[in-house]
Amino acid sequence: MNAAYETVETVARTSYGRLVAYLASRSGDVAGAEDALSEALYKALIHWPSQGIPTRPEAWLLQTARNHAMDEARKRKVRQEAMPALWQAAQEAQTAMEQDLFPDDRLKLLFVCAHPAIDPAVRTPLLLQTVLGFDAARIASAFLVAPAAMGQRLVRAKTKIREAGIAFAAPEPDELPARLEAVLEAIYAVYGQGWEDIADTASADTREQGFTDEAFWLARLLVQLLPDEPEAQGLLALLLYCESRRAARRSPSGDFVPLSRQDSALWSRPKIEEAERLLAQASSHRKLGRFQLEAAIQSAHTLRGLTGKTNWAAVAALYEGLVQIAPTLGGFVGQAAAVAEWRGPEAGLALLHDLAPGAVKSYQPFWAVKAHLLRLLNRTDEANHAFDLAIGLTEDSAVRQYLLAQR
Amino acid sequence: MQYVMLNYEKTETFAARTNDQQEAYWGAWTAYIAALNEAGIMVGGQGLQPPTVATTVRLADGKRHVQDGPYADTKEQLAGFFILELPSLDDAMQWAARCPAASDGVVEIRPVLVMSPP
Repeated sequence: MNAAYETVETVARTSYGRLVAYLASRSGDVAGAEDALSEALYKALIHWPSQGIPTRPEAWLLQTARNHAMDEARKRKVRQEAMPALWQAAQEAQTAMEQDLFPDDRLKLLFVCAHPAIDPAVRTPLLLQTVLGFDAARIASAFLVAPAAMGQRLVRAKTKIREAGIAFAAPEPDELPARLEAVLEAIYAVYGQGWEDIADTASADTREQGFTDEAFWLARLLVQLLPDEPEAQGLLALLLYCESRRAARRSPSGDFVPLSRQDSALWSRPKIEEAERLLAQASSHRKLGRFQLEAAIQSAHTLRGLTGKTNWAAVAALYEGLVQIAPTLGGFVGQAAAVAEWRGPEAGLALLHDLAPGAVKSYQPFWAVKAHLLRLLNRTDEANHAFDLAIGLTEDSAVRQYLLAQR
Repeated sequence: MQYVMLNYEKTETFAARTNDQQEAYWGAWTAYIAALNEAGIMVGGQGLQPPTVATTVRLADGKRHVQDGPYADTKEQLAGFFILELPSLDDAMQWAARCPAASDGVVEIRPVLVMSPP
């Protein structure tokens, strides 16, 4: 896929998302809006690369969708008015576009996708499908779910949105922080897909780059739509810090390079500088949150590029703050690793020991950190067992090879 | 629920069992099997000798046909299998993704056919 095609795809998905958001927020029917527009998106992806992007992409998609629906209606001898709410919304959309008053309702759609009534496991897939127009099969692969099952989960979620009458509205101020966090988490999960998949650089194709770009696009959209929310800025800063290290994560021959051994000269300065600016802006709101802390941890790691060494005491303190407001397994394991660097392997192991055995049993990063610390302490048998689990639980062949060499 | 995990490998991967890659090959499998055991989901399983030593038998119109080599002439060949006790297909997929064969071969997951008592 070339750059021109990617531009077409971005415009097509952006317009598609805006239209789905517009139609769904007025009809309350996400699935209906998608059905109406999916054929048009498909046609856009075929025709735009050769014919060029139309001046009004949304108008093109809507007109194509309506033509298609009319053809279908004729074929099945039913009248188009069979879907009144949706087509009335489409009519309004057309009018709004003609007057250049077409509103951006994607924020509402994001809040619907990450609504508390929607199963957390399906929020990110739902967002990828409704806001960005990804098909169920591609989402299923990314989330390691059978395509048929993913399709069913998405259908069920959309039925729930319609039948439970989930409101297409930005949340009230008092519930905004909690609702926003769910949206941010869903976007962070989109980035996670791009991050994990691209781990295999040898087989990296544009499909994986796609998730990374979409996550950035969504994060930037949120910053733009919610300029007073420091957590949105925190998320964007976090993504930028992570992304700044892309070129340093693998050696030229494709070997895994852990953060502590990365050549900081390969880190992207412009991305780091943008992240630093965002984080400073976010902190001026004096409203600390999970994503600002996660970004601050990455900022502390980034300082090694300037000072030559990592301030582990600072990293450990930031992790301590993080697990207090967001007690996730990843946070606790990160804290243990930082404390081990700061105060020695025993201190790190003690923190790992406090974690519930059931929760960490199949959690790869736990075993990777534990193996490393046990090896430092020359506790050979325990270290070997931990290495086995760290190797056996990873999906990433570069990480597998790295750990096999460490073992 | 029991799932069978069928692991398919390429010719080069079969070769890695005995050439200079063998340490990495066996290291990855030993670790993966340790992780399956630690998770308490292993019901059974076996590795298989390479397809070059396979033999196929079929009867067509009452006549015996015996051939050297594996049944399916595909790039990836069956290299081994596990039977795993797991709560759902989602879990099975997760373990399939961690399987060394998934990295440069293919892993197929099938639920076991449960026969109802007569």
